[in-house]
Amino acid sequence: MEFNPNNTFMYVVVALVIAFVLLQSVVFFIKAWRRGKELGMDMKALKKTVGSSALFTVAPAIAILLGVIALSNALGFPLPWLRLSVIGSLTYEATAAAAAATAVGASLSQRITDPKIFSAIAWVMALGIIPGLLLVPLLGKKIEKGISSIKSKDSKWGQIFLSGLFLGMISAFLGLVFARVQEGLAGWIPVFVMLASAVLMMTCGLIRKAFNAKWIEDYALPISLLGGMALSIPITTLVQSMIG
Amino acid sequence: MKQELSYRDSVHKTGRIWMFSALALLLAVPAAICVYYSAWPPVGGVLKGLLSVAPIFWTVGVIEVFTYVPMLGTGGSYLGFVTGNLANLKVPCALNSMDRAGVQPGTEEGEVISTLAIATSSIVTTLIIALGVLLLSQIAPVLESPVLQPAFENILPALFGALGVVFISKDWKIAIAPLLFMITLFLLVPSLGSAVGILVPVGALIAIGVARVLYKKNLL
Repeated sequence: MEFNPNNTFMYVVVALVIAFVLLQSVVFFIKAWRRGKELGMDMKALKKTVGSSALFTVAPAIAILLGVIALSNALGFPLPWLRLSVIGSLTYEATAAAAAATAVGASLSQRITDPKIFSAIAWVMALGIIPGLLLVPLLGKKIEKGISSIKSKDSKWGQIFLSGLFLGMISAFLGLVFARVQEGLAGWIPVFVMLASAVLMMTCGLIRKAFNAKWIEDYALPISLLGGMALSIPITTLVQSMIG
Repeated sequence: MKQELSYRDSVHKTGRIWMFSALALLLAVPAAICVYYSAWPPVGGVLKGLLSVAPIFWTVGVIEVFTYVPMLGTGGSYLGFVTGNLANLKVPCALNSMDRAGVQPGTEEGEVISTLAIATSSIVTTLIIALGVLLLSQIAPVLESPVLQPAFENILPALFGALGVVFISKDWKIAIAPLLFMITLFLLVPSLGSAVGILVPVGALIAIGVARVLYKKNLL
């Protein structure tokens, strides 16, 4: 049978899986919403969470879409669409696909036309990401118990412990921003963008205090993210003109 | 207390069913390709490919479970680990939402807010990508235009710059040490960029270690 990574068969298979995961999100959404109601939580806070999460997601989701486009040259649309909508992340999928292609003697620089090579790549991408899917159901409860036992012994320390966990993650990704500094001025662009976005976040905080504009607080992260991304364009142009 | 347990337990139960089903479906996709085209790949090739990604990504996967499950809560973890894009999307979204709503992770309220944030983010991501694939011929020229490229290349700095302000200003005493460590490390060894997932727990250990000392000395 003629192999085409963009054929209807591929689209149908992929759409089924994506629909399944979408359904899971809806089920969990409803479950959490009902629970919030049961607990007598402020419904306005729940609605704000939904609104600001949706707005915040737009820009990263478009970046993920770009990843689909990048991989589609070699793999067609359905497989990258699946891989980037469900589990995985940009860095993982691109690396896994490239590694698998190399291992079977192919390259992602051109369209994969051999179904055997294509399925080898699909297997590696699927198998390479299994730990999270296996370990959350197997260990999730134990990890939670560990955290709640820390909390029940000393609730203040429990909170500090979790803050330490967040800050560890944030530090690692902020450190990453400096990874290209050795390349000279152009390598500073991510640092400048990070600072621009940080300044926007502080400005949101100041506006909230000065005008008592509580609404801005809820949208401060999407505003700073989009603003930082937008400012990266003039920052890049400026730095490039300075390098000449 | 009893009710909290029963809610969590029910999330665990539902979550396990959904997650194992998702796992089966994900493995069914390459299997379906093989059956439909009767094109089974050489086992050696798959193993060789796996060998070049598994050591790093399985390690990162295990680490992610231990670092993100406490942050995301029960429902958030079952959903977040299936829908993916954790560090660049789901975790920041959940942390920011809990902070804005003034709830703590690990509490019942934190559980609700985190799950809602991750569910919303997953639904929106899925819809945007689906829409994007459908309308691709119209939007690809815009998205791929050279003018916009810096914006997408700098999404992580823009995200963590803003998120950093929120969380570092709250606990700056804990933040300074891991932050200085990471910046120095990346300045000295830029090639560590691909291993950032492995460095997250290193940063967390430093932060928690410093916090413990400060806490014992009553400085927090």
